[in-house]
Amino acid sequence: MTFTNEQLERYSRHIILSEIGVKGQKKLLGAKVLIIGAGGLGAPAALYLAAAGVGTVGIADADEVDLSNLQRQVIHTTADVGRAKVESAAETMKEINPDVTVNTYRTFVDSSNIMGLISGYDFILDGTDNFPAKFLINDACVLAGKPFSHAGIIRFKGQLMTYVPGEGPCYRCVFEEPPPPDAVPTCRQAGVIGAMGGVIGSLQAMEAIKYIIGKGELLTGRLLTYDALKMEFRKITLPKRNSCAVCGINPTILMPFDYEQKECDLK
Amino acid sequence: MADFIIDETVDITDVVCPVTFVKAKVALEELDEGQILSIKLNDGEPVQNVPRSIKEEGHQILRLQDNSDGTYSLIVRKVGE
Repeated sequence: MTFTNEQLERYSRHIILSEIGVKGQKKLLGAKVLIIGAGGLGAPAALYLAAAGVGTVGIADADEVDLSNLQRQVIHTTADVGRAKVESAAETMKEINPDVTVNTYRTFVDSSNIMGLISGYDFILDGTDNFPAKFLINDACVLAGKPFSHAGIIRFKGQLMTYVPGEGPCYRCVFEEPPPPDAVPTCRQAGVIGAMGGVIGSLQAMEAIKYIIGKGELLTGRLLTYDALKMEFRKITLPKRNSCAVCGINPTILMPFDYEQKECDLK
Repeated sequence: MADFIIDETVDITDVVCPVTFVKAKVALEELDEGQILSIKLNDGEPVQNVPRSIKEEGHQILRLQDNSDGTYSLIVRKVGE
């Protein structure tokens, strides 16, 4: 492909970077990233990936935009309340950058559909807000050999880690099982500072971009934690666990499965 | 007097900074090592900045010719893959 003058101008700040250049920008335009969850994390990530010219962005979410989402889910506007999140997100992304093809999946992601969903993508972003979904995404990505960015946010804290097949631990190496129900509150019950989604979701987009252009060091084998109140970032080195049920030596998880979700959390 | 053969030319007089450099950089990326690019650029800001940026990328500037019409031709040899 040849860049038009408009594209050269749109991506000029990328192309000038020696780590990106024309080749890197072409890689971005040819890349396919799937975002699961168009919420606090997925919204800023989707905006930056679209703006960066990631050629195909998939976005999966069953929900509609709620007024209480707008405090942090910056891809939706007040006029979008009541609309499908995936539709609202896709519209904003295309308005930012018409070069981007947006695939929308208005569905709950579960064990019956996740392998099909992720199969066409190069990199997956976990923007979900519950443990069953996080374990499901991890297991499916490990089984399908797909790299993904895990992230979670609550109150004034956030964390993220990147999984790349064959390099370092998966999410289940670090956290073997979901915590017992009610041991950890969801951000619906606990609250979350809106800008936290911006910080951590943007870092997820950054990991996806670095993976695509093949530059720098990814957060593989390292969990980055951010405490906004203390203004502290920490990087914790984590080993791959040979006894891991999905990526270990003798895996017992051979297909994705669903943990039960509490009724109140499904709403 | 020409001690080089121009392999490719690019006109960056139709764009402004920073797209001037970007367009030149794109043209250089498409060449093979050692090939020679002639860049047509405007007097003023482009002629002050583009040669310097290209030099910083490691390429070799062979000549800057005044075309006597408000434009210059910058002759560059590509260095590196």
